[in-house]
Amino acid sequence: MSALPPYATVGQRTWHYTFRVICGLVFFFLIAPIVVIIPLSFNAQDFFTFTPEMLRLDPEGYSLKHYRDFFNNDSWQSAMWNSLKIAPMATIVSVTFGTLAAIGLSQPHVPFRRAIMAILISPMIVPLIISAAGMYFFYSRIGLQGTYIGVVLAHAALGIPFVIITVTATLVGFDRSLTRAAANMGADPVTTFFRVQMPLILPGVISGGLFAFITSFDEVVVVLFVGSAGQKTLPWQMFIGLREQISPTILAVATILVAISIMLLATVEMLRRRSERLRGMSPS
Amino acid sequence: MSDITQSGPVLAADGTPLKRSLSRALRMQKLRALMLIAPLLLFILVTFILPVGDMLFRSVENGIVRDTLPRTVEALADWDPASGELPEEAVFAAMAADLQIAAEEKTHTKVAKRLNYENPGVSSVFRKSGRKVSKWDLATDGPFREKLIDIDKGWGDIELWRTIKTYSGQITSGYFLNAVDMQLGAEGPEIRPENERIYNTMLIRTMRMSLIITFSCILLGYPVAWILANLPARKANLLLILVLLPFWTSLLVRTSAWKILLQQQGVINDTLVWIGLVDDANRLVLINNELGTIIAMTHILLPFMILPMYSVMQTINPSYLRAAKSLGATDWTAFWRVYFPQTVPGIGAGSILVFILAVGYYITPALVGGTKGTFISNLIAYHISTSGNWGLGAALGAILLAVVLLLYWVYDKVVGIDNVKLG
Repeated sequence: MSALPPYATVGQRTWHYTFRVICGLVFFFLIAPIVVIIPLSFNAQDFFTFTPEMLRLDPEGYSLKHYRDFFNNDSWQSAMWNSLKIAPMATIVSVTFGTLAAIGLSQPHVPFRRAIMAILISPMIVPLIISAAGMYFFYSRIGLQGTYIGVVLAHAALGIPFVIITVTATLVGFDRSLTRAAANMGADPVTTFFRVQMPLILPGVISGGLFAFITSFDEVVVVLFVGSAGQKTLPWQMFIGLREQISPTILAVATILVAISIMLLATVEMLRRRSERLRGMSPS
Repeated sequence: MSDITQSGPVLAADGTPLKRSLSRALRMQKLRALMLIAPLLLFILVTFILPVGDMLFRSVENGIVRDTLPRTVEALADWDPASGELPEEAVFAAMAADLQIAAEEKTHTKVAKRLNYENPGVSSVFRKSGRKVSKWDLATDGPFREKLIDIDKGWGDIELWRTIKTYSGQITSGYFLNAVDMQLGAEGPEIRPENERIYNTMLIRTMRMSLIITFSCILLGYPVAWILANLPARKANLLLILVLLPFWTSLLVRTSAWKILLQQQGVINDTLVWIGLVDDANRLVLINNELGTIIAMTHILLPFMILPMYSVMQTINPSYLRAAKSLGATDWTAFWRVYFPQTVPGIGAGSILVFILAVGYYITPALVGGTKGTFISNLIAYHISTSGNWGLGAALGAILLAVVLLLYWVYDKVVGIDNVKLG
């Protein structure tokens, strides 16, 4: 791409700029729906569109009304707390199991590696409605349907592929002679793991954890089936709101969730660059 | 040949043959790797694989008729529905006995509900008879044939008995046939009447809309991936954030954004009216139809298309294009004959991923699709949570799963699941 050469013809110049405009439009399509809801959430009226006051940038047109609503409404508050109780637990479970397995999978000789990998990634591929229906039937049989533990286990299973993918990707660049060196100097495997390997793969583990967290924090299909009213999460509450009586409070919730995503994205990007630096690659 | 005199196999330091010692070390290594993987594998097996298997099993499981009406099923074994005659008195007596027990345990309504899926109308026959039969004395009140037909004419219908006989097996293909708009008729599987066919339409619609979404993603994603791969790293990284932010934003947030924007009184219609493109009286209907689902899902799945294409395009050497042009190719020929073929793996990877995700989508079609823009997943959810016909829901799920797994297998062959990248 870079700059146009000075000898470019008129046609080439036109195409060059048209192409940039097309790309600009696609980026606009990607980002605009998310950006638009932010100002709408400060609407002083109960409308889902810009009021004339808002367009005149009149301070009267803006208010924190919908945010107050969110923080004072019991069902939204309990939904938020439920989400905050479920997502971290699910993350801990998937990160613990996932990291161990990723280390196992990156050993040089693993029998059935491809098949095992296919099974571990499958929760990401199988349509959520099928996972949800299966879990609903099976968890009812073993008494986990409608319980906190049931939802945590289900969400942990859904988060595992993300942990496996990110941690194995980090382990590709891990120099195995370091663990041998540690063993040579008398460290037992557990010490080697926590003092040598873990600090080096930590960025990958944290990003995997963030992926697992956002998976659980965002998930609605499985929790609809496996959970009961006591586990109503934020996405569940939003889903009901969107399906039945849509209230502008949803805009405030959406804005808060966008802010959370921006923070998570920034963290993951920072970790990725740090891990590439550690591995001696120039961050791209 | 060798200078060293050898009196046997090479030995390791502890005196065992080296070969055996090495293979033992390898075995230990494999075992250690498996020990690390085992907990997770077990976890996934219990929390995920078994539940999915359980659901698949429900799509063929059919113990209820045999369990609730054991005597009738046994008595019906000798009856030939093709004869055109009602079963003998013994069968009716067996049915009366079964119904008495079933009515007492209140299971007759369940079996009635099951049979009603296959032969609408059966349910009321069973419900009506259940109450009355429980007052009979089985030993003296015969013959039961006339008495049952007296309660409900339905008992005199050969079709009813044929349905019971057809669905008396422990497993059934009935749900699957139902899921592809067929039924078990007198001469094996047959296609349902025109007005009862809904599932095929739904499957085809799901496939068609997923294909449209995949193509729109290719169309919109290709230029963006190209510009990302060809800009200087610093600028590209900034623009990449615009792709990753939607990827990280909650699905519900994006769906609600579209639901709000696409409304008839929403921002898009307001803007169009303000510009003057659309008359205020004829605001566009952008939501609760196929278009709404396609717009929202293209937006949601676009990052999954851009990221694999971008990672493939990054590896393409720009000097190929320059070489083609210096050999006299026009811009278009250079792109189409030299650059484009090298990006096909990226397009393939992205397309399979987007298609797999699109086919199984539930939330977005449910919220912006209205009735015209829903997917097979919505139908599965309906059968499992609302109608209670779990077997049919499971059969539809099994078909969907088969499609997805087939594509997953192709994806693994073409791209390799190890190469999936997240951001």
